[in-house]
Amino acid sequence: MKKDLTRQQHLDLYYYMRLNRAVEDMMVKLFRQNKIVGGLYSSLGQEAISVGTAFALEKKDWLAPMIRNIGALLVKGVPPRDIFTQHMAKYTSPTLGKDGTSHFGDLDKLHIVSPISMLGDLIPVMTGVAMAGRYLGQKIVAMTWIGDGGSSTGVFHEGLNLAATQKAPFVLILENNGWAYSTPVRRQVPLENLADRAKAYGIASYIVDGNDVADVYSTAKEAVDRARAGEGPILIEAKTFRRMGHAQHDPAEYVPKEMREYWEKRDPILLHEKFLTEKKLLDAKTKKEIETKIDALLSKDRDFAENSPMPPPELAEKGVYCTGDDCHKIRAKWERPIAEVTPPKSSVDASWVVEGFGRGKGSGGGTAPIHFGDTPAAAEQKENEDKMAPATPAKTVTKKAPGKPSKSTKSAKPVARPAARKARR
Amino acid sequence: MADTSKNPATNGNGGGPVTFLEAIKQAMFEEMQRDPAVVVIGEDVGVYGGAFKTSEGLLEKFGWERVIDTPISESAIIGAACGMSYLGLRPICEMQFIDFIVCAFNQLTNFVAKGHYLWNAPAPIVVRGPSGGGVHGGPFHSANPEMYFVHTPGLKVIYPSTPYDAKGLLKAAVRDNNPVLFFEHKYLYRRIKEELPTEDYTVPIGKAAVRREGKHLTILSYAAMMYNSLEAAEALAKEGIEIEVIDLRTLLPLDEETILKSVKKTNRVLVVHEDTKTGGIAGEIAAILCEKAFGDLDGPVFRVTALDTPVPYSPPLEQHFLPNTQKIIAAAKELARY
Repeated sequence: MKKDLTRQQHLDLYYYMRLNRAVEDMMVKLFRQNKIVGGLYSSLGQEAISVGTAFALEKKDWLAPMIRNIGALLVKGVPPRDIFTQHMAKYTSPTLGKDGTSHFGDLDKLHIVSPISMLGDLIPVMTGVAMAGRYLGQKIVAMTWIGDGGSSTGVFHEGLNLAATQKAPFVLILENNGWAYSTPVRRQVPLENLADRAKAYGIASYIVDGNDVADVYSTAKEAVDRARAGEGPILIEAKTFRRMGHAQHDPAEYVPKEMREYWEKRDPILLHEKFLTEKKLLDAKTKKEIETKIDALLSKDRDFAENSPMPPPELAEKGVYCTGDDCHKIRAKWERPIAEVTPPKSSVDASWVVEGFGRGKGSGGGTAPIHFGDTPAAAEQKENEDKMAPATPAKTVTKKAPGKPSKSTKSAKPVARPAARKARR
Repeated sequence: MADTSKNPATNGNGGGPVTFLEAIKQAMFEEMQRDPAVVVIGEDVGVYGGAFKTSEGLLEKFGWERVIDTPISESAIIGAACGMSYLGLRPICEMQFIDFIVCAFNQLTNFVAKGHYLWNAPAPIVVRGPSGGGVHGGPFHSANPEMYFVHTPGLKVIYPSTPYDAKGLLKAAVRDNNPVLFFEHKYLYRRIKEELPTEDYTVPIGKAAVRREGKHLTILSYAAMMYNSLEAAEALAKEGIEIEVIDLRTLLPLDEETILKSVKKTNRVLVVHEDTKTGGIAGEIAAILCEKAFGDLDGPVFRVTALDTPVPYSPPLEQHFLPNTQKIIAAAKELARY
């Protein structure tokens, strides 16, 4: 697959992986200087996945990163300064200091949905994004990531199953880095390949070497194209390894030394650089140019972040609710005729067709049976109840069966009161 | 009972009084008609028309893309609706019974509710469904889980008591830019009827309604308990106790202004709700009154609520569990002595 890429694509992938690593290296320094106020999560050794998959998306497509997908944000167009200010809890950060790490998004321009810490929740959300995009005729693909650990959550199942039943244009990247915090993947999932989970949903899947960026990209591109063409959701398992602990505080001594050494030799940036050099796609001069460009960008953005103010304390009180059009003008962008989804064109025969048998319809009408509600209330069943439970103290039961309006009083007595009518408007 | 279901487009105009259930259906129909960004998503909402027939006729009219039958996956329903709203849609999610909303608790409280505050992402979704007891639904089909969500900044919580309000508030909820939870007391679905205006209207979210004016004490209530409260007020009027009855309608944000105004007049407050006592809205209201109207109070804030137990199934147990008019009358009489 590698040969399908142009030289520029190969170099772009290299650039973004280097940028991803440089951003995170710089944040480790900032963390050690106590300039990052919260946790710091590393994607060291997993850069090929974030970069290669996001690189397969078009500008109009949507993504939602997980904690180790800073590379995907960079590819989508997020400037490093946003990542620095987020981690440093600055007022200039995308969330103004209200949240940290990669927990930010951009609905309007970059089409990025913010993650939350609860794993798997993005899967139904991005399924909804994909469904809405299709409904509006936008021909977009939605992509998100999940770890080996997160693939055991209930919402992973609910989300992927819904995506499958809806044939949503959705691509899920399952980053199998071998460890969910301190628990090895074998202890979490009794499967050799987590891609096998796709079989349960009747959807297509791929397995890819997560440390080979060109392979990751080519596979993701194929998946994105297929999803966009209407083939339904696709799961890609990218096999890799988490070289740091769960976060900066974690020395990860539970990881065998030999395992770490094995994967360090398979560093995705070194592997890609070796490939580029062998194919004469990258020379020393180009490499130097890339490094200089990254250094300049990062020192500028780091300075910006360091010199940014912390948020004013009163900001904590603001922004819980959207106040309306003055706050957000929420308008769907239609790229298909609205007439297609409005009556009369939208009208259908509301019935199920069961192959080999025929049609079935819902029951209807103002007196159609409903699940509960028409049943008489406890008070309405007083007589019956007296027989059933004679021990019930009679004083709790009144003769006239007061309480909620019974069927006999349903002539809307309460709502017909003039006072009520006047007051409600 | 007027059968208006054959033509869901009926606007209450000329059709006579409509049920609470019909009012819900009209609200969804009219909002979908008005705005193609409005879609309905939930379990059995399409072909079947919903377990309570609130979405009957919508699929026929608006098609498969806008009326979406889902797997039994509450988290996925609300998660997907949230994702849809990011592209400008305004999904109405149905929880088949509102009891099941807690299956999506994380999705609602962590994802949907916090989005605007944290990253400037409004999620204009409505989550609605049948709630409440009195119909022998048992412990998992009778819940009043509103307070889990009243405790969640970022959500709005509505619990109407009349067809007029149900329709007007549901329309307002669909047009609101925030996630709105909309509780429909299933006991009221077919038990009350009301003539509705022919023209489009909304009822403002966050505004209580004075259902009955009085000067001796104020009852604050909502949903099905409104009717017990009014019945108690009628009974006590004969004994010379004039009770002001206020329908809260929206629990989050709470209409403090209307509450405080009434307390200034009556100086006594009884809160009545079908939700259980501990952590119910009555406790929150009592605290607000202590903070903001202590000098206006002539007596303690009283509560008539359900018991602090799960909702039991057997009719005598459920009846014992639920508040009723007699309990309200007894509490009001005691309070009136202060």
